Amino acid sequence: MAAPTLARAPQRTAKPQKHSVDHPSRLRRRIRENLTAYAFLGAGLICFALFSWYPIVRGILLGFQQVTFARPSTWVGWENYQRLFDDPLFATAWKNTGYFTLLALVFGFVAPFATAVVLNEFRHARSYLRMTVYLPVMLPPIVTMLLWRWFYDPGPGLFNNVLEMFHLPAQQWLESENLAMVSLVLVSTWANMGTTTLIYLAALGSIPGELYEAAELDGASIRQRLWHVTIPQTRFILMITLLLQIIGTMQVFVEPYVLTGGGPNDATVTVLLLLYRYAFVYNDFGMASAMSTVLFIVLGLFAAVYLRLTRSKG
Amino acid sequence: MSAPAERTLIAPTEMNRRAGRLLYRFVLVLTVVGFTLAFVFPLYWMASGALKSSAELADPNPTLLPQSWHPESYSEAWTNVGLGQYFLNTLLLAVGAWLTQVIVDVAATYALSRLRPVLGNVVLGMMLATLMLPVSALLVPTYLTVTDVPLIHANLINTPWAIWLPACANAFNIFILKRFFDQIPGELLESARLDGAGPVRILWSLVLPLSRPVLAVVSIFAVVGVWKDFLWPLLVLPDPARQPITVALNRLAEFMPANQLLAGMVMASVPLLVIFLIFQRHIIAGLTAGSLKG
Repeated sequence: MAAPTLARAPQRTAKPQKHSVDHPSRLRRRIRENLTAYAFLGAGLICFALFSWYPIVRGILLGFQQVTFARPSTWVGWENYQRLFDDPLFATAWKNTGYFTLLALVFGFVAPFATAVVLNEFRHARSYLRMTVYLPVMLPPIVTMLLWRWFYDPGPGLFNNVLEMFHLPAQQWLESENLAMVSLVLVSTWANMGTTTLIYLAALGSIPGELYEAAELDGASIRQRLWHVTIPQTRFILMITLLLQIIGTMQVFVEPYVLTGGGPNDATVTVLLLLYRYAFVYNDFGMASAMSTVLFIVLGLFAAVYLRLTRSKG
Repeated sequence: MSAPAERTLIAPTEMNRRAGRLLYRFVLVLTVVGFTLAFVFPLYWMASGALKSSAELADPNPTLLPQSWHPESYSEAWTNVGLGQYFLNTLLLAVGAWLTQVIVDVAATYALSRLRPVLGNVVLGMMLATLMLPVSALLVPTYLTVTDVPLIHANLINTPWAIWLPACANAFNIFILKRFFDQIPGELLESARLDGAGPVRILWSLVLPLSRPVLAVVSIFAVVGVWKDFLWPLLVLPDPARQPITVALNRLAEFMPANQLLAGMVMASVPLLVIFLIFQRHIIAGLTAGSLKG
């Protein structure tokens, strides 16, 4: 999670350096201080250089190369991109990912906000409710997926049993083309809504009570207060989490990887699942990198909006 | 239990009316029951499922309580399937990632925040800029880097370093540590310096003890992050003997008896749930600190 405002934090003024050139001893001290500082910084610098900055550059370059482990990589220009855009699965993957993101927003955006608004009114059981909603977030995602795969199981699965209890027809949760993606979004929402709910709760807690009082004196009903006080007051947080959620859900991987493997009939092949296949199933690292770059550009657009929002707010 | 009410959406007068009170009770009970069913019950179902016999698990009519108790599925999963080994692998990865992250990131942030070297702000800016990057876009190049680290040409695949070192390049840690270190009054550190304390000593005896809350946040997130991770260890630890329990569970899920698989899932979850129950406050504080303020 990012909060880029720090970059703009007021910098403490540097020590005056005017005379350092005149006094060799002072210059020496500055050099020594800098050496000490870089000794502390060294390991972090190396880690960032090797595992963050260098891969960024390399990832872009790899998109234009054919990568084989036996021989040095060769430059192939836009060929990877061409093959990528020619692959019908590429369009499918983006369509599926867009659908997942949309559904995840419908469930995962509205549900936590509604939950937070309700929880914020309670004077009882507050810590219990906060704790329980966050429990799934603490489970390893793979456990969540295996657990839900068991729930979705058409045989002894819990969900169809519950449906049966209410005399409703059993569903092919993961096996039906129409339902598979919805099932993935359900798991994902269950697993992640704790985080968003707690963030909204914090935002709701910081709304000044006088605003509600004033609105009440003006004769605003509960619904009007929600619409004219609660939502405007939390709009900024809502926007931020919306963008973060889009960025997060566009990178969905574990859900389709474990639950459906992309099926049925490619209905749940997502961008990251396809990227994984290119790289680690077909060993086509060039094509996978081209895909990473596309993903990076698309998500970069959302990140840019996010950055603008947080800046203008500061 | 009722706390002094700060004013929220619904007015106290509305709450105190008879209909309001009834509605409040109703919604409260509904929410408590709903949350318990939605978020606690699945965990109970997992833990109790592990105690059932295989036949009972496969029965299309599930039972709320195990008909016969089979606590041995836990010990069988631990020893026979070798989940104990995978559990210890995870522990090693998590503890190592915690240590390396705390050492590397605290030292780096201390330098950037208090020692302020030349070009320090550029370095900080470049580190924080990586917060904007989607992790998955770096998956392939980082993987290739791990298979052949530049300059030293080491292959980190199947070594814990493949988990530990990339985890250190964590701009979120730098971000929250920096915010905390910046708040430590400069006079305090200056007077220690005049007393002859070197930078290491100032860091160890002054900055670290003052930073306990933020260190707790960084530590918890480091351990939890590695413990939950799946895709990265799946890629860089292909040797089954070295895999963490998350990767092993997925690999073994097809072959293991259902009750032992469930037992394994409980084992993979319990440490995180314990951490959560102990450090709830820190986790929620870190969560909101990371996403809201600023």
